[in-house]
Amino acid sequence: MDFSRLGLSAASLASAIPAVRVPVGSGQLVPACRLAREQGAHLVALWASDERDRGGGAMVRVLLQDGSGLAVLEVALPDLPDARYGDVSAIFPEAGRMQRAAFDLVGAACEADDQRPWAWMAGWPIDRFPLRRDFEASPKWEPGQEDYEFVKVEGDGVHEIAVGPVHAGIIEPGHFRFQVVGEKVLRLEERLSYTHKGIEKRFEAMAIADGHRLAGRVSGDSTVAYAWAYAQALEAIAGAAVPPRALWLRALALERERIANHLGDLGALGNDGGFAFGLAQFSRLKEDLLRTNLAAFGHRFMMDHVVPGGVARDLDHSHVAAIVEEARRIAREASALREIYDEHDGLQDRFRACGRVRPELALRLGLTGMAARASGQARDLRCDFPSAPYDALEPRRIVHDGGDVAARVAVRFDELAESLRLVRTIVEHAPGGDVRAPVGDIPPYRLGLGCVEGWRGPVAVALEAGPGGTIRRCHPHDPSWSNWPVIEHAVIGNIVPDFPLINKSFNLSYSGQDL
Amino acid sequence: MLRILRQIAKTGIVTEPRPAPADEAVLVARLQERVLRTLGRALTIRQVDAGSCNGCELEIHALGNPYYNIEGMGIKFVASPRHADLLLVTGPVSKHMAIALKRTYDATPEPKLVVAVGDCGCHGGIFGEGYATVGRVSNVIPVDVEVPGCPPTPTALLRGILAAISGKAPD
Repeated sequence: MDFSRLGLSAASLASAIPAVRVPVGSGQLVPACRLAREQGAHLVALWASDERDRGGGAMVRVLLQDGSGLAVLEVALPDLPDARYGDVSAIFPEAGRMQRAAFDLVGAACEADDQRPWAWMAGWPIDRFPLRRDFEASPKWEPGQEDYEFVKVEGDGVHEIAVGPVHAGIIEPGHFRFQVVGEKVLRLEERLSYTHKGIEKRFEAMAIADGHRLAGRVSGDSTVAYAWAYAQALEAIAGAAVPPRALWLRALALERERIANHLGDLGALGNDGGFAFGLAQFSRLKEDLLRTNLAAFGHRFMMDHVVPGGVARDLDHSHVAAIVEEARRIAREASALREIYDEHDGLQDRFRACGRVRPELALRLGLTGMAARASGQARDLRCDFPSAPYDALEPRRIVHDGGDVAARVAVRFDELAESLRLVRTIVEHAPGGDVRAPVGDIPPYRLGLGCVEGWRGPVAVALEAGPGGTIRRCHPHDPSWSNWPVIEHAVIGNIVPDFPLINKSFNLSYSGQDL
Repeated sequence: MLRILRQIAKTGIVTEPRPAPADEAVLVARLQERVLRTLGRALTIRQVDAGSCNGCELEIHALGNPYYNIEGMGIKFVASPRHADLLLVTGPVSKHMAIALKRTYDATPEPKLVVAVGDCGCHGGIFGEGYATVGRVSNVIPVDVEVPGCPPTPTALLRGILAAISGKAPD
């Protein structure tokens, strides 16, 4: 991105992929975002921090990405209670909820029209901001109930269906408010943040060398992606080099995480389409994979496997043959199951034209990750900024443009096959050597970025070191932030019973966006 | 259709005689037998995610796969607490979910059992208690059995469910 037209200058930033930081005045934020959008950039994350301990007010950061890399726009708000920054949600619609959360948590106010709370849900007094450094929680604060202003649709025959936060299946909690006529959805509004656990505040009470464990529990199904992104950010701050073998083993874990989740989703999508056979078959394959994980990595989901400086344990040679054989077998079975799915008229009738997000809409709304690749958006960090070992592995870029449930199923099948190939290649060709190196000194007050293409999409971690091995601020960012609002569009005109299928086809994280 | 039948026949029944880890297969079979004997009928479970990272839910899902085959034991996950004998609750309980959890508990008919799942459900885990979490499940509703682990394995979950219905601590 080139901001020189606005007279802005960029400084380099510690990051796993090319990144710059660009200080902007509060009046320049909106023009800078508009310029970036014209240059093809999309928004990755927006968050704020309390800077009063360093003589400032608040800092709002907007993380953007284009083909050249990342740029962090930094807006300093001098006096925290009163200053406001410009609303960027007209340029990047996905920023809306992030701006609302930034106010709830830090008190950094935005000029946006929508001033409803997002992260706040009556769990603490509305005029207290948890991520301010002088915030102190009181045991007297009882859980409360908010009176959220949902948008209403009125008219003949329009009625409302409220679902959640406790859902009918084994799913994370969230609230969905449907406005429907008959069975047809006119409008859906999501109310998330039920699983807000204060993760960002919790980071600030941890040693920076331990933060990867918490990062690995932001969203349990993406533990490898988060731990790796956190480790990248920390290693960038410290300027630490990670042994090549460790990077290959991290990629092995990341691809196995992708395989496990895709297997689970392909089964669940069959089940939600009324084809329980698919769930039985794919959940069996997933269980096989998890058991191999337990044998080879000591944990079924490889939690705490990625650590700063490398990985926690080496892959023993005795597992290589079994992993290769299993990858071949799963590929063979998945391919047979794909033919069954493709030829099953009843299933295809549910999948096709259901929950469609056309490529133009996906681009406009900032859809990201796996779901975006099903709507013609060809972005994949592993291909766009291939750091080791992806530069050697050359993963195939998977893109479909149907934008419906069928396309999101197709992307999963293709990515499953490709990740199984990557797993085989990695275990057969990984270089030897150490799997962990010391990270070294961690200079305080430095910002580092990590960004990893998890199975759901790009997982970003912005980490700022504090003095004495502490964490001054850590913002882990899930791709679900960008994709949740798109589901509100994807369901319009569909029937209510198709919502579970559409929702599952995105399979977004609640915990990852609620934090 | 032929292809589906062929795939089903080829897969066979994997529930009992399955490969390694062998000791686990025996344990699962023994647990299944004891669940059936203790219960003598169906057990219905309402799962409540009260704020978890979703890791525990992955393992609760796994209980339904053909290896653990929890439905084959007559244990069924139901859509409403009003249909449930047992609540399987993951944590830490977020402030924002505390009221919903309490209401779910109140809506479950007596006699009811509660199994708290995971390190976070048992003692708050890595998230602990803070401005946004009230920590362990037992801080909000009465708990009969706790199943620690991050996340607990499907076998540990089966043990916990068995302990709850037989009124004993897990062995």
